[in-house]
Amino acid sequence: MSTKPLQRLDRVVIRFAGDSGDGMQLTGDRFTSETATLGNDLSTLPNFPAEIRAPQGTLPGVSSFQLHFADHAVLTPGDHPDVLVAMNPAALKANLADLPRGATVIANTDEFTRRNLAKVGYQASPLDDGSLESWHVHGLPLTSMTVEALADFGLTRKEKERAKNMMALGLLSWMYSRPLEGTEAFLRAKFDRAPELLEANLAALRTGFNYGETTEDFAVRFEVAPAPMAPGTYRTLTGNQAMALGLVTAAHRSGLPLVLGSYPITPASDVLHALSALKRHGITTLQAEDEIGAVGMALGASFGGALGVTSTSGPGLALKAETIGLAVATELPLVVLDIQRGGPSTGLPTKTEQADLLQALHGRNGESPVAVIAPQSPTDCFDIALEAIRIATTYRTPVIVLSDGYLANGSEPWAVPELDDLPGLDVTFATAPNATGEDGQPVFHPFLRDEQTLARPWAVPGTAGLEHRIGGIEKADVTGHISYDPDNHDRMVRLRQAKIDRIAETLPPVEVDDPTGDARVLVLGWGSSYGPIAAATRLVRSAGGRIAQAHLRHLNPFPADLGEVLRRYDRVVVPEMNLGQLAMLLRARYLVDVRSHTAVRGLPFSAAHLAEDLHRDILEVEGDTAGPATTDTPREEVTR
Amino acid sequence: MTATDLPLPTPQGTQGVPRVGEEDPRQTKKDFTSDQEVRWCPGCGDYAVLAAVQGFLPDLGLRRENIVFVSGIGCSSRFPYYLETYGMHSIHGRAPAIATGLATAREDLSVWVVTGDGDALSIGGNHLIHALRRNVNLTILLFNNKIYGLTKGQYSPTSDVGTVTKSTPVGSVDQPFNPVSLALGAEATFVARTLDSDRKHLTEVLRAAAEHRGTALVEIYQNCPIFNDGAFQLIKDRDSGRARLAHLVDGEPVRVGEDHVVVRSGGALTVVPETDAEPADVVVHDVAAEEPTQAFALSRLDDPSFAHVPMGIFRQVSRPTYDDQVRAQVDGARASAGGPATDADLADLLHGGDTWTVTG
Repeated sequence: MSTKPLQRLDRVVIRFAGDSGDGMQLTGDRFTSETATLGNDLSTLPNFPAEIRAPQGTLPGVSSFQLHFADHAVLTPGDHPDVLVAMNPAALKANLADLPRGATVIANTDEFTRRNLAKVGYQASPLDDGSLESWHVHGLPLTSMTVEALADFGLTRKEKERAKNMMALGLLSWMYSRPLEGTEAFLRAKFDRAPELLEANLAALRTGFNYGETTEDFAVRFEVAPAPMAPGTYRTLTGNQAMALGLVTAAHRSGLPLVLGSYPITPASDVLHALSALKRHGITTLQAEDEIGAVGMALGASFGGALGVTSTSGPGLALKAETIGLAVATELPLVVLDIQRGGPSTGLPTKTEQADLLQALHGRNGESPVAVIAPQSPTDCFDIALEAIRIATTYRTPVIVLSDGYLANGSEPWAVPELDDLPGLDVTFATAPNATGEDGQPVFHPFLRDEQTLARPWAVPGTAGLEHRIGGIEKADVTGHISYDPDNHDRMVRLRQAKIDRIAETLPPVEVDDPTGDARVLVLGWGSSYGPIAAATRLVRSAGGRIAQAHLRHLNPFPADLGEVLRRYDRVVVPEMNLGQLAMLLRARYLVDVRSHTAVRGLPFSAAHLAEDLHRDILEVEGDTAGPATTDTPREEVTR
Repeated sequence: MTATDLPLPTPQGTQGVPRVGEEDPRQTKKDFTSDQEVRWCPGCGDYAVLAAVQGFLPDLGLRRENIVFVSGIGCSSRFPYYLETYGMHSIHGRAPAIATGLATAREDLSVWVVTGDGDALSIGGNHLIHALRRNVNLTILLFNNKIYGLTKGQYSPTSDVGTVTKSTPVGSVDQPFNPVSLALGAEATFVARTLDSDRKHLTEVLRAAAEHRGTALVEIYQNCPIFNDGAFQLIKDRDSGRARLAHLVDGEPVRVGEDHVVVRSGGALTVVPETDAEPADVVVHDVAAEEPTQAFALSRLDDPSFAHVPMGIFRQVSRPTYDDQVRAQVDGARASAGGPATDADLADLLHGGDTWTVTG
């Protein structure tokens, strides 16, 4: 047991930062897992360069992992870290601007050499020149401490140095009273076949932990109590992991095999990786020759009666556009996962953005409506995958899912659902002719629609008597023959649109959160900005502001009551990580004077900045009647 | 990088595709003919190929509902509409990709791709070469008329250098592809060439292609009477053709016309009068040769003047197919875990990783 005093905190934000090769993502993952096991609520933000190994010690090579954990519900990875672990000068320089004064810096002094300082433009070491006096700085020779701790191991110096991230993890685990058992088990599995490396990493981890206990440099230890959570079994998931599990679950519940056609692309590749390991569950993954091949394979599988899915990011969605149009015309189920990243073109491959909304809705030739949905948190990707399969199979339509890099790599606790609590997925294939021909014989009309959903029958090859041909060329209503008839084309264009519109009949009403019931400003978001918007809303309310919040998971079609909800408010503010794409759609559709709040920095919104803007909106709308501006210290703003 | 041994699936031919039973009524050409009016230009070579396919499909003995034709865009890509099977008339160049997904998802289907020189070799070149190297269980009919017909007569990737068209008024400058050479270079396991007007040869080649497990590519020289009429006249004409065609027969010396043979000469092949040939130098055709080298050399005998044109099956070798192997991996994962995943297995998967429990 620790002999040092324990101080209780309600929330902490830690950022681990180092060189791309320093193992910061792994360190963050392990700290997250330890934290989850303790029952804190949490949210994470990995942030890494597109280069696999940028030049060592440089600013472009800095990789970081931020974790926010608390004894209450957490909505975002946090605007500002309370603790920065900086493994080298570049990591310090790249992250210092985000660090509020008074925060703690733990720096690996071994790396603050003249050469490394010069690489990032430091004339003198900031650890020594007084420039960091507003922060609590702990300079520790983490590298040499690690090498020393491993003196008796028959490893090269380089191998020993590589364990320094475990030294840092051990120290932080001590500081925040995290258990080491999970990480020890993880290391045992990882170094199953390298016993010496296993022992070295375990030794580094424990040395770091013990160092905290014995050194006088750290006088107190902290603890963060578990957050109240509903009873159940929990695990942490990233968005991409949740998406893969959701797809597997959908396949299982529908009783259909799932075929993923995919071409590797950041930040979507982990969906391909995760599903590739689940063959046992009837999952087939095909790594295609290109993005177009990938969606073609998925559509071919759908024609054959499987759940065809393709995963990609924005540039890939652009390439898949024509095939998605073919799926619109052939009216086959198809799920397209767009894990968005910064654009245009190659853009910011490892950073997040929400700028593919209009591409998803309109990025095809002709009138080509598809369903578009978006998850609002990492674990919501599980539910959105089920919803995508439901819509695709019920309405025989492509469904584009707009996740993004923030959700894909960020993680949070997930209450593992009971299978019985999940929605059912009944898919039926056509098995018999559905009409009578002129000669009195039974015939099959591939475009004879279901009256309620307007979906056409899904008749898969191998079914005798239903042989038919589909394709991208316009088809006659009902019979599915090639048709150039003007009236038929007009009818088919409207039918395809009406079919998508009818999805709205199955959507729940917009859920508006307005605790006081008299808010005049509504903040409306979609997709991954849910967390920052909810956090900003919390800030506004804790400062006495009245604000209503709603969030859209369905972008096409919109929920049926959306227009009515928008008109209830004097002002609607729509924050988006683009230049106002949803705002444009809402203005066009509902003639509501929506205000945009936009940022395209490759990072999630800052809740504090958003809260300031929302406050201004409230003041403008309410005038003198507005409540007091920030008087209380809002909860999210509390720093240690 | 690590590599692992793959399971070796052993299905052969069209195994796995349901066949017409002995008590079922015999399938006829009429059963494979849809009610759609055929809309190719009068005199188009596509009619002959359609008639041959409708005529020989019943003989394959496969159930009609288990046959799927997937096409891209172009004149030939209308093909699926005229067959009373399942079909998809897809988008330009993408048919091999769509067919790959379908063939992999469904072992019980005989999947055909109908494509043209522009569709397969220009806009869809990438999908074609990858289907070939993967050896997906597909039969690809590549209608080569050396011109773009549907867009009204621009040169294609198989047009000869100097072809004058609306888009190349002073002659095309790009080197054409030889589809057989391309397929052989792309690791194809079955490559053949035939002629639209030679019904007997066409049928024989298509039957062998249909029975091949893996990707079978059949180049069909096909006349476009509107934009490239007579492109193959030199070999179609009975007299001039006889002297130019080299009918490839497995195990036989390769003859051109009646009195010439193909011989090895240095690293290449040449055509010489039989009387001048050293018997030891005469090339004997071997469709099953492990290396495609000789087949490739034969494909290089072509030239734009049609001086000598090998016809028939260039290569026919057995290699595990992509779709069989993909399915074997899924089956293997299930078998080693004791069968397909149950509800309990799914629940275990969802509960995987580090979990913790909150009690009420």
